[in-house]
Amino acid sequence: MTYTEKTHAAFAGAPIDAGDPRVLAWLIRRHGLEMTHISRGSHIGAIFSLAEIMATLYTGVMNVNPAEPRMPSRDRLILSKGHAGAAVYAALAERGFFDVEELSTHYANGSRLSGHVSHKGVPGVEFSTGSLGHGLAVAAGMALGGRKDGADWRVYCILGDGECDEGSVWEAALQAHQYQLDNLIAVVDHNRMQSLDFCENTIALEPFTDKWAAFGWNVMQVDGHDVAALQDAFAKAKANRGTGKPTVIIAETTKGKGVSFMENDILWHYRTPQGEEYEAALKELEAHRP
Amino acid sequence: MRDAFTRALMREAEKDPRLTLVTGDLGFGVLKPFWETYPEQFVNAGIAEQAMTGLAAGLAMTGRTVLTYSIGNFPTLRCIEQIRNDCAYHDANVKVVCVGGGFVYGSLGMSHHATEDMAILRALPGVTVFTPGDPHEVEAIVPVMLRTPGTCYLRLGRGGEPCLHPGPIENYDAPRALTLREGTDVALLSAGGILTQTVAAADLLAQKGVSAEVVSFPCIKPIDREKLAELATRFRHIVTVEEHSIVGGFGGAVCETLAEMGAGCRIHRIGMEDVYSCIVGTQQYLREKYDMDAAAICERTLAWLAE
Repeated sequence: MTYTEKTHAAFAGAPIDAGDPRVLAWLIRRHGLEMTHISRGSHIGAIFSLAEIMATLYTGVMNVNPAEPRMPSRDRLILSKGHAGAAVYAALAERGFFDVEELSTHYANGSRLSGHVSHKGVPGVEFSTGSLGHGLAVAAGMALGGRKDGADWRVYCILGDGECDEGSVWEAALQAHQYQLDNLIAVVDHNRMQSLDFCENTIALEPFTDKWAAFGWNVMQVDGHDVAALQDAFAKAKANRGTGKPTVIIAETTKGKGVSFMENDILWHYRTPQGEEYEAALKELEAHRP
Repeated sequence: MRDAFTRALMREAEKDPRLTLVTGDLGFGVLKPFWETYPEQFVNAGIAEQAMTGLAAGLAMTGRTVLTYSIGNFPTLRCIEQIRNDCAYHDANVKVVCVGGGFVYGSLGMSHHATEDMAILRALPGVTVFTPGDPHEVEAIVPVMLRTPGTCYLRLGRGGEPCLHPGPIENYDAPRALTLREGTDVALLSAGGILTQTVAAADLLAQKGVSAEVVSFPCIKPIDREKLAELATRFRHIVTVEEHSIVGGFGGAVCETLAEMGAGCRIHRIGMEDVYSCIVGTQQYLREKYDMDAAAICERTLAWLAE
């Protein structure tokens, strides 16, 4: 059985509509499980956390074209929390940017799909990240350039909440406000956990939405696993153009969302799904296929 | 050099309306003519070098040539990972400009002494490193740098350095080294603003009957290998001079290149001896204290020739 056949097996030959955000979110989790299983890789908790965010962006929110990944009018996406890169690769593959089968090479010798998201030779990836705190400033630069050019496209940037420990995030937040980048939409995957513990036990971020508001951003708070709520938030963020304010969507999420024993367990920041845990996770996912 | 830079940059900004200058809230009195003339091509990123450099990478990805500007170690070491990951790895058309290479801000203390920047920037794949030695070299290099693809580093001195070349340098092509004096006994190789001391040292050596060739390297990465090979065949002693650590910078680059070529000459490096400067003083005072002023270059060269 090929990688594609295996990861699509739950559909039992029925057509797969990856343009449906709920289906794409499920596929992102399915690939996230399989990719980290094959590679013995980390970060499955983070991949599951942002599955709906990524799926919503790639099913109509963002203007992208798999036939022309570098289309000048495309919307740009930077995944600043690059360790969840498997979610980007899975979304791109399922949306036709490259062959789904290639996802099996994640982490492998000679692969173009590195653990942290890489743009080198990967159609549809705008920017490579991995070191936290880089993405928002680059996104702001793109947004500033786009605005100077009177371009219609927008820049989306997904950050982790733990990532907001990095001072450079707040430098960029100040700049985006100063330059009135209302074509910039940030999303914080607010799963309240970071590498070793809960954020509040590490470097407390609360009151988190107030911080962004104090930095002059248009702030929205939504359930980050509710596709309809995310679609609504992105529509409002788009309509925010002209206000001179950048938008941040604080997406309330659960680390490890979708597999009960992974949810809110810090173990699954690094732990790789193997053996009985892999089988149990697979069973749970397949039981909840949309 | 600062004013030569602004002059040259303004000529280029006139020709390229997409050229954008981003400053880390520095350049008062230097960049003012630029921001007054080209306000649409100017961004003040505030005192935030990491975000300044990321911002520049993002701007460059919208089809612009973008310069970041600050002093000392701020546009380089403070945000080295942004230069590495966001700019160089993405082949972003960002030109990092530092004013104050070496001891320019001598009295301000070690935080303001840029004495490892050449080594660190030189280690980054894909980054071209320019180290002009006088205002003529700056004016020649700015347009060359702006046409060099990808990420570059430009290390400038201060304001008010004398012109050491007799006139403008025509048709400069990087990384060509530039010969200021021809000589027969020793070659003095110089990178950056310390060129004044290197030329003056050649004068002192001449008074002692020693004929020194003086060659400036306005680009140290890539480096002019042909020139180095030729010098190695003509001279038994080569002295490198830099207002910078001797570890990994210009002297290091010359050593690497000539060692690999199997050159038989001896190479002597003048610069900071793997220490931080903790002495208070002007640029010239610190050059004297750290044995890289003209007199020290002359004396040390004479000692090496006598070995």
